[in-house]
Amino acid sequence: MLAKRIIPCLDVRDGMVVKGKNFGGIREVETPVALAQKYNLSGADELVFYDITASSEGRALFSDALKAVASCIFIPLTVGGGINSLDDFDRVLKCGADKVSVNTGAIRDPSLIGRAAKRYGNQCVVLSMDVKRVDGKFTVFSHGGRVNTGICAEEWAYRGQEEGAGELVLNSIDTDGVKGGFDCEMLQKVCARLSIPVIASGGAGKKEDFLQLFKEVPQADAGLAASVFHFGEISIGRLKTYLAQNGVEMRL
Amino acid sequence: MIAVIDYGVGNLFSLSASLKYIGAESAVTSDRAVIENSSAIILPGVGAFADAYKKLEESGLIPVLLKQVGRGKPVLGICLGMQLLFEKSYEYGEHAGLGLIPGEVCPIAPDLKERLKVPHMGWNSLCFKRPSPLYKYLSDGEYVYFVHSYYAKNCSDYTTASCLYGGAELTASAGRGNVFGTQFHPEKSGAAGLKILRAFSEIK
Repeated sequence: MLAKRIIPCLDVRDGMVVKGKNFGGIREVETPVALAQKYNLSGADELVFYDITASSEGRALFSDALKAVASCIFIPLTVGGGINSLDDFDRVLKCGADKVSVNTGAIRDPSLIGRAAKRYGNQCVVLSMDVKRVDGKFTVFSHGGRVNTGICAEEWAYRGQEEGAGELVLNSIDTDGVKGGFDCEMLQKVCARLSIPVIASGGAGKKEDFLQLFKEVPQADAGLAASVFHFGEISIGRLKTYLAQNGVEMRL
Repeated sequence: MIAVIDYGVGNLFSLSASLKYIGAESAVTSDRAVIENSSAIILPGVGAFADAYKKLEESGLIPVLLKQVGRGKPVLGICLGMQLLFEKSYEYGEHAGLGLIPGEVCPIAPDLKERLKVPHMGWNSLCFKRPSPLYKYLSDGEYVYFVHSYYAKNCSDYTTASCLYGGAELTASAGRGNVFGTQFHPEKSGAAGLKILRAFSEIK
């Protein structure tokens, strides 16, 4: 049986992992290798690196960090952030990424999905979407969730699949950071017409939230989270044991 | 030294990094002499069967590879590289393979008894079928990472492990003599994958 996946997401700026602010308001940083190794040992099924660097110097540092991780961690690595062209795909794939996620770049030019799928294979192209309710409709936002594109989320997800995306990340802006659980309503609605794997993101606060996700949204193949793993609120090892005990197929 | 055949398909970063990590000397190469002087050969591959076979053919390395197999050198095909080892594939038409292991490569979708997603992508557990030197450090039921839409069929005499998906039993690995194939990616399968690569590197 195929296992459901648990995926920690790491934000990387200038080659260092940014863990967000802790309760004392201090910004903590860590090297990507140290954190990736910790997650790998605790049973993470995949890692997502999100490059939040703005400068080209920062990009070079990101490449070095990615290479360092890919040289010592042998589970699937996905890279996102600032992917706008095939050259961007090439840059991160050469550093050891297995999959590349596109978001705003694909909204700007949807043909990027198909061109990348043709060159690197569908399995390599992940369409990442930030979704928010606007007047009761699930709507796609770009630029890190800041710009309302007015695009219907169900339609964009389906189009992404038809263009050649091999996987979809559905991030709910409404539940992100709230720690009240995944946005099962949105996930069910957007997944309904899809036949590609879906990674649910946004809202995990406790281990029960993951159980609810996999029970209520059988189409979800994976659950992704960042801060709850970073700050040790949820241990990946204990989460996976808990899910397995509750009937969810897990790689233990 | 393990020769990883470079014929222009796929990303070989993880494979060479994982071999380095387990302390196995390797070279990503399309050089005939390097392949001839290696202790073992890995045939990687992603993408479509016919494209990959054509590229391998154009590289001129098929006779070199076959000669090394004939001399008893261990050869490991990974993912599409495994599929190339079989007699033929039905991916977009009917195409001949290397014929090193009897069997054919067929689409997964028609054989599923439940409506599940294709590609079969993610971590699935191995069910051992026959002894294989690749699994000397592994236990039955360990998880490995798959990404594929086609699988090898009618090769039960050579199937060393399978996995279950949607009511279908998919060939996860096969072997015949000194020729081995894994449908999954050992270089992406965490600790279990490294154990498989280590076992392969130790085959004499």
